[in-house]
Amino acid sequence: MTFPPMAIVSILHRISGVLLFLLLPFALYLLHHSLSSQDSFDQLQHQLHSPMMKLLSWILISSVAFHFFAGLRHMVMDCGIGESLKVARFTAFFVIFLAAIAIVLAGVWLW
Amino acid sequence: MVNHCNNNHRGFYEWIVQRVTAILIGCYAVFLLSYLLLHQPLNYATWRDLFSCLWIKITSVIVLMAILWHAWIGLWTVFTDYVKCGVLRLILEILVILALASYLIWCVDALYG
Repeated sequence: MTFPPMAIVSILHRISGVLLFLLLPFALYLLHHSLSSQDSFDQLQHQLHSPMMKLLSWILISSVAFHFFAGLRHMVMDCGIGESLKVARFTAFFVIFLAAIAIVLAGVWLW
Repeated sequence: MVNHCNNNHRGFYEWIVQRVTAILIGCYAVFLLSYLLLHQPLNYATWRDLFSCLWIKITSVIVLMAILWHAWIGLWTVFTDYVKCGVLRLILEILVILALASYLIWCVDALYG
């Protein structure tokens, strides 16, 4: 059984949303430690070289990218644009395509 | 049946809140990404100066509140769809609210601490 791209975008929108909630403490940790002092900023930059921190950052950036593009598509469709099956299928593919580019670019930047 | 009308209104209210908060968060994300890309490699002084500006502090706290509200509506929807046990759902909802409230304090502490 294959899923239509619209269903894949819909479920990934939810999964990325839940991931973003779970990664909120990580984002706040970054904000907190990057702003406390010069020392903690340097320390954080050093920490971000570890594989675990890179992986967390990559999941965070990827989730933001996917959730952003899928959310834009959702709101455009709320305005009544692109609701036909043909266009909805195309925009769903387009969201996956844009997010994939952002995710790969983030990976290249991090590693 | 008693609160039928009221519930319908709540649904619309949440629908609109989810979109308004999404636009706020999206604009902030685009701003932050552009700032980071324009200031590579980022140093501490530039980063601290950005967040010492009152308008950025206000915007950041408001956007964080938008994120918390948006997350609450999103997670409520996900729990309602997938967690069928009422007691478990209530426990999860309470845990999420406690987590979200503490994130707000954490954010204020990071910006003003």
